[in-house]
Amino acid sequence: MTNKIRVATTSLAGCFGCHMSFLDIDERILELAEVVVFDRSPITDIEHCSIDCDIGLIEGGVCNSENVHTLREFRKSCKILVAVGACAINGGLPAMRNFIPLEECLNEAYINGMGVENAQIPSDPELPLLLDKVRPIHEVVKIDYFLPGCPPSADVFWKFLTDLIAGREPSLPYELVHYD
Amino acid sequence: MAKTITIDGLSIPFEDGQTIMQAASDAGVYIPHLCHHPEFTPHGSCKLCTVKVNGRNCSACTFPAMEGQEVINNAKDLNADRQKITQMLFVEGNHFCPSCEKTGNCQLQAVAYHLNMLDDHFPLFYQHRELDASHTDILIDHNRCIFCTLCVRASHEHDGKEVFAISGRGINKHLIVNSESGLLKDTNMTASDKAAHICPTGAILIKHTAYQVPIGERIYDHQQIDQVSLNSEQVDHDK
Repeated sequence: MTNKIRVATTSLAGCFGCHMSFLDIDERILELAEVVVFDRSPITDIEHCSIDCDIGLIEGGVCNSENVHTLREFRKSCKILVAVGACAINGGLPAMRNFIPLEECLNEAYINGMGVENAQIPSDPELPLLLDKVRPIHEVVKIDYFLPGCPPSADVFWKFLTDLIAGREPSLPYELVHYD
Repeated sequence: MAKTITIDGLSIPFEDGQTIMQAASDAGVYIPHLCHHPEFTPHGSCKLCTVKVNGRNCSACTFPAMEGQEVINNAKDLNADRQKITQMLFVEGNHFCPSCEKTGNCQLQAVAYHLNMLDDHFPLFYQHRELDASHTDILIDHNRCIFCTLCVRASHEHDGKEVFAISGRGINKHLIVNSESGLLKDTNMTASDKAAHICPTGAILIKHTAYQVPIGERIYDHQQIDQVSLNSEQVDHDK
């Protein structure tokens, strides 16, 4: 158990689609589980990273203060940090709000939106504050590898992780590299 | 005896008046490019086709082939520069491939794939740019314009119209259309114009044609742009 490679994963401003795609490796996850143990991840529900994680997989961009804290925790805890999917790499769909002032977004959703009752912009101190723009994760911390795709296919995860675990420099063949 | 240059050590014949790009393409050698198109006057703006000619960097699409030139094209450092240039094109515009109907058929994306570009490297600009959906058949999405001027040249040289131009300089550079309102609907452009079909990205699109080709059957799904480009452009060069 202790010799296993520790993998942590999280979804920041993402849709969990990359995690779903990761799980599409299907029964190969059994093979993976022989050499890998999952640390902090939606799969395990562990809340914080152990200090000695080997690989951190980050889905989604950075849209609020909590995302920044999470991303920094992953960088601190993981030897290798990987940007997974379009949103982590360039902000993706959530970054489409970058062209609309934040106040307008909030007004549209919570004040003027259709069917809104008791209109108010949520301001509970427990809620993470939104950043004025959604940013890709390489603008916040150093990223070691990038897996493009919306989502990257299960084969991308498989090829990348098996390369890395075998001690090879990960490389994706042409058919596995796509931005959509 | 035909005059020759060498590209990466290969002897390539050329005719007087040909550019390095034309000679290379005729001989089946791919030099990455976006603003070059064999049918139109070269523009030399995207700089992807930068090659080393006798040790100096030149744009292959504008530089005339001359007897005895030693050209380096497919080299690690040149491809690294090309990847950086492509990354700059991506961060300067708003290229969200998953929501773009050109994806899979896009030359900008295909060049990036060819150069094994996996990230954007630079901070993203997220510049606000407009859409022009005024025309009944043609959509302009300025978010995806890379200022290659192919639409400008196609409209002028092929269609005999002057629908497009580039206005402004540097970071304020933008594509404009030739109508008082500034809208495409008030120009004489039609969907059958060459200019409507020449865009290497998803900036100029024909409406009502999106997503008709399924994933797996799109131009660059299984074939890299070097092969696609040579197959299609050699025909043009031979005309």
